[in-house]
Amino acid sequence: MAEVKLIATTDSLFCARIEWALKLKGVEYEFIEVDIRNKSPLLLKYNPVHKKVPVLVHHGKPIAESLVILEYIEETWKNNPLLPEDPYERSMARFWAQFAGDKCLWGAWEAAKLAEGEGKVKAIESTQESLAFLEKQIEGKKYFGGEQIGFLDLAVGGIPHSLSAMEEAGGVKLLDAERFPSLHKWAQNFIEVPVIKECIPPREQLLNYFNTSISYIRSLSVAKP
Amino acid sequence: MADEVILLDFWPSMFGMRVKIALAEKGIEYEYKEENLWNKSTQLLQMNPVHQLIPVLIHNGKPVCESLVMVEYIDEVWKDKSPLLPTDPHQRAHARFWTDFVDKKVFDVSKRIWSTKIEENESTKKELIETFKILEGKLRDKPYFGGETFGFVDLALITFYSRFYSAEMFGNFSIEAEFPEINAWAKRCMQKDTVAKSIPDQKKVYEFLVQMRKQLGLD
Repeated sequence: MAEVKLIATTDSLFCARIEWALKLKGVEYEFIEVDIRNKSPLLLKYNPVHKKVPVLVHHGKPIAESLVILEYIEETWKNNPLLPEDPYERSMARFWAQFAGDKCLWGAWEAAKLAEGEGKVKAIESTQESLAFLEKQIEGKKYFGGEQIGFLDLAVGGIPHSLSAMEEAGGVKLLDAERFPSLHKWAQNFIEVPVIKECIPPREQLLNYFNTSISYIRSLSVAKP
Repeated sequence: MADEVILLDFWPSMFGMRVKIALAEKGIEYEYKEENLWNKSTQLLQMNPVHQLIPVLIHNGKPVCESLVMVEYIDEVWKDKSPLLPTDPHQRAHARFWTDFVDKKVFDVSKRIWSTKIEENESTKKELIETFKILEGKLRDKPYFGGETFGFVDLALITFYSRFYSAEMFGNFSIEAEFPEINAWAKRCMQKDTVAKSIPDQKKVYEFLVQMRKQLGLD
């Protein structure tokens, strides 16, 4: 029985983050794919609170929430550190990881899912303002972590890839190369790193998921009297 | 060189209270600056340009934002006294999971109660009740969420105690009556001097929210 199991799906950037961290640290693990739409028994057992992936199970004990799992991996396998040693730099990495998720990823989803209108325009503006902050953080650097991939690279890593599929499904342009050249360059480099490339959710799967979700969401607002 | 620690805050903020408790637990001397959120200081805008929100911890001129990030920072810098997080990685993960849960399921959800019309509160109330059932389940047989001692999860949640009375008045449900274990836990935490002095009076907070709601045209 594997000591480290990852309960996950192949189309989630949150799961990809965990695989990247485990691979960067050379940790062997068993990938257990689950069907989140049908709430597999494994999911209900190991993440009864949220019933979501990813869940890392180490020595039989589960850990959920991707950023929490990343911190656990960092503290348990100390080789190839992902977080800086300095407490201030660590707090910056944590702050920007949260920001990237809340404001860039979820902001982009708001912008993508809305039908044309004032709400969509505002959501696009707000997301691009957030992306501008992230652009400043990567300017002049190879990775957010400096010369090596770090915690913040893993936290932000799947976002440009997801955004590209969201943009196509939602009919929006968010992360354009002209306005965000450093983010663009970083994203292109990041995705070519072999360990990263092996686990990136396939674009077709993401596009399919976003297309279906957006159609459904937009049909609900049309259906309202 | 002595540390210079400044906290930018706004007295009813449950997030700011978390940081006050952490600083008190570590015995850190700091300068408290009350912000007027309708007329934000230049310092706040410079120190938190991304969110322009309180609380902000400024340590030797460098800002740290987001309350739980701030608490972890305080725990790492002043590591020799009163640890807030456990040392074991699995227990730390457990603590971080539950503070994330508190943020999403208690704080984010309850914001709707203060900021919407009373008639629209039913579904929010149901969500909060479900959440408190889960939290009460986690507390079973233990004095604190952290076990035998006050810890990270306790710190993250106890500041919501300042809103118990407001939840009762706006949400028409009583956490004290419906969740006796949570109530007992809260009273236990409030016996700690570091907590009691960091949390304002529940009725004062309620009066503040009443004013806010009037200004927003909700009542």
